[in-house]
This record gives sequence, structure tokens and C-alpha cells, in this order.
Amino acid sequence: MELAKVIGRVVATRKDQRLAGIGLLIVQPLAHDLSPRGAPQVACNMAQAGLGEIVYTIDGYEAAYALPGKFAPTDLAIVGNVDGVHAAGAAPGGGGGGR
Amino acid sequence: MILGRVIGKVWATVKDPAYERRTLLVVAPLDPRTGARRGDSTLAVDFTGAGEGDTVLVVDEGSSACGLYGDDVPVKTVIVGIVDSFDCFGRTFVVN
Repeated sequence: MELAKVIGRVVATRKDQRLAGIGLLIVQPLAHDLSPRGAPQVACNMAQAGLGEIVYTIDGYEAAYALPGKFAPTDLAIVGNVDGVHAAGAAPGGGGGGR
Repeated sequence: MILGRVIGKVWATVKDPAYERRTLLVVAPLDPRTGARRGDSTLAVDFTGAGEGDTVLVVDEGSSACGLYGDDVPVKTVIVGIVDSFDCFGRTFVVN
């Protein structure tokens, strides 16, 4: 599980029906000091996140449990909209929606 | 999940049953920030009718693939969507 920043959106009308109605956001994974880490990915928006916001994500098969229904073909989901982060060595008050 | 562009296709007569009556496509990962290709290509079983040149949504996770089959299968990477457009850092990429 890791922190991430929402940097974009994806529109895909032709997709698995179990992803219908699920927002697809492009997220940039972040280290605890909110510096970018790794390549951007596409996540299911399960926490009403918006562009520029800091969120946290779950990857792997467990991401499917964040979506309604018994199963959904995904490996990344946003499960939290971060208000703040405090971590040793991180900039103070780095969270707050990240705008 | 990642965005990718379908750049090819793979045929095989001798194969695991999980690949029968399925299309195996060659997918190049895309960087959503630039729309350009980034990293090594991969193979993915198609579940959406994608074709060469399509921008697709790829799940690279074995349990998800098994969930799509409803069985334990030797498949890890699957295409679950065909992308119409995506936007990133204010730039919009209309791809289909």
C-alpha cells in the first residue's frame, strides 16, 4: 500500500462490465515524504478523489475487494483520501489534499 | 493497472488450454504523462476485442486473470478495457 497523487483520468467506455461506473484515475506513486517514486499507474477511484489530491492505494488482488461485487478485474484501487502525513524525515504537514 | 498500446499479436498452435480461443496480443506500456511508449512490451490475453493500434487498460495480476476465467489458469496479464481518451497534467490524449 502506498501514497499517491492523482495526476489524470482515463475514459474507457468499452471495458469489463464489472468496472462499469468505476472512475479510473492516473496516479503517481509517492514516498512518505511525498516525492514521486516509480511510474504512474491507473487506479479505481473508490474514495471520491479528485485531480491533484493525495491518496493512498492498495495494489494486487486485494484491490478488487475495494470494488462492489464479488470480483472485479483490477490490481490497483484508491481506498483513502489523505488529510495529512507525518513521517520521520518528511516535510511537516505534507498532506492536506496536496493542492 | 497500466495503459498500453497494442503493437502486435502472437499465434501458437501448441499451447495451454487457457490460451485456446483467446487472442494473445503484444502490448507496449505507455507513460500516461506523455502518451509515449515506456518500458518493455508484454503479452496479454485480450478480453475486450482490442486490435492493433488500440490503447488498452491492462491488469498485470494473476488472481485477477484467474477471476476472469473463473478458474486457476497460467495467465497473469489481461486486457480489460479499450481506452477512448485520457488526460494527465492538463493534456488530453484522444486515442480511439
